[in-house]
Amino acid sequence: MLSKKRKAYMVGMKAAMYLSTGLTAALVIFLVAYVFIKGIPHISWELLSTKPSYISGRIGILPDILNTLYIVLATLIFVIPLGVGAAIYLTEYAKNKKLVGMIEYAAETLSGIPSIIYGLVGMLFFCQFLGFKTSLLAGSLTLVIMNLPTVMRTTQESLKTVPQSYRDGAFGLGAGKWRVIRTVVLPGCVDGVITGCILSIGRILGESAALLFTAGFAHALNGIFEGLTSPGASLTVALYVYAKEQGEFGVAFAIAAILMILTLLINLSATLVSKHFAKKREL
Amino acid sequence: MSDIMTAKNLNLWYGETHALKNVNITIPEKSITAFIGPSGCGKSTFLKTLNRMNDLIPSVKITGEVCYNGQNIYDNSVDVNELRREIGMVFQKPNPFPMSIYDNIAYGPRTHGIKSKVKLDEIVEQSLRDAAIWDEVKDRLKKNALGMSGGQQQRLCIARALAVKPKILLMDEPTSALDPISTSRIEELAIELKKCYTIVIVTHNMQQAVRISDNTAFFLLGELIEYGETEKLFSQPTDKRTEDYITGRFG
Repeated sequence: MLSKKRKAYMVGMKAAMYLSTGLTAALVIFLVAYVFIKGIPHISWELLSTKPSYISGRIGILPDILNTLYIVLATLIFVIPLGVGAAIYLTEYAKNKKLVGMIEYAAETLSGIPSIIYGLVGMLFFCQFLGFKTSLLAGSLTLVIMNLPTVMRTTQESLKTVPQSYRDGAFGLGAGKWRVIRTVVLPGCVDGVITGCILSIGRILGESAALLFTAGFAHALNGIFEGLTSPGASLTVALYVYAKEQGEFGVAFAIAAILMILTLLINLSATLVSKHFAKKREL
Repeated sequence: MSDIMTAKNLNLWYGETHALKNVNITIPEKSITAFIGPSGCGKSTFLKTLNRMNDLIPSVKITGEVCYNGQNIYDNSVDVNELRREIGMVFQKPNPFPMSIYDNIAYGPRTHGIKSKVKLDEIVEQSLRDAAIWDEVKDRLKKNALGMSGGQQQRLCIARALAVKPKILLMDEPTSALDPISTSRIEELAIELKKCYTIVIVTHNMQQAVRISDNTAFFLLGELIEYGETEKLFSQPTDKRTEDYITGRFG
């Protein structure tokens, strides 16, 4: 039998847990609702499809949307082959386990460094030392360094989930190392790799500090190649500029709402991808 | 019967551990040779030296010779992939790839450069027939192999190994994860296959060695203690340790 004291204790603990869960949920809901309520009324077709003009006083964020897209694409083009390649080498080829351990540790440390430091280093190295000036390319390359550890580590972890028995089976049939990796190991972990990449798209979208230093603030409407070599604000940087320097809080909240929707979509697609592959594997 | 494989003074270390000590053995062609012995005696390790699967473990060091058709397989000039094509392997736990039954069987031939659909179809059917599983799977070749039962998966793995037309089939406790009915089907299959292939099988099950093998080798603590015709080894062992093991005094 439970004593009275114990019963009271249990009820108290339960209440405390309900309260903390409720508070957490309320905070999230409040944040999302606040941004949506403040932002969505300001989203209009004109805002999404034009560039800002000081002459007419019009504000449009199409250049910022495009800049963000260019940054995402340019970053992914570098970070995926580098990160996946490094992960394959470290997991499948490297013999010196001590060195691998050190690299993994370094990668984990790197992913914990505040992004503003990446920005500072990126500015000095890419913009000045390599002479890329303030440009989307310099920004993208900085984000490549920033996201490399994450892509590498998620790929490594998913490579490790492929059972050794698959590799043994393929080696036992006389397959060479690269063939085993290409036909058995990679298809077995492609969902992990894709999920890792989708999540790093999320990180790229949300990054601002590193880009403030390296990619600049311009709102010019450019094609992709021209865009990459010229300065430009991403959505996050534009949000900062409109709120902090121009006092356009409506626009800032509209951008915030758009970013939130994008983040939501990205996380959703990451979940869908892993579900899709999990289903395929069960068959 | 001529000998197809010979090991001469074979020693193997895992790091500091001396796992195989001076093993000398000759394996006759088109027969079943069983390796028995208690866990950790080196029988599986020795089996893996026969097609160099131990190469995959970084800390392994090997001295001595393993000759296949007169050629030392540890010679630098040997193409390991070609060697493993000729000396195939079936593992303890069935390990079909997570792809269709057809693609599983076609994996080996494709690896070795066969692209023609007609040729692949033919190999797939023949391999599945040889592994006595064709009738069970012929209507579901495009289905994922992981949907099969454990016993079917193991026969699929045998079919997959046969598809590259090996000369020797190494089986590492192929029935230890299977039920009695699946086990007896694999045993029947092994006896059928020895007409065309040389089979070397590691087993924990002494009855299995008696039922299917022509020759038996008894390993203990990394040494080959006794090797000879199965019937003789089990009825009149010459070494006291063999007798103790097969009569169940330890193990």
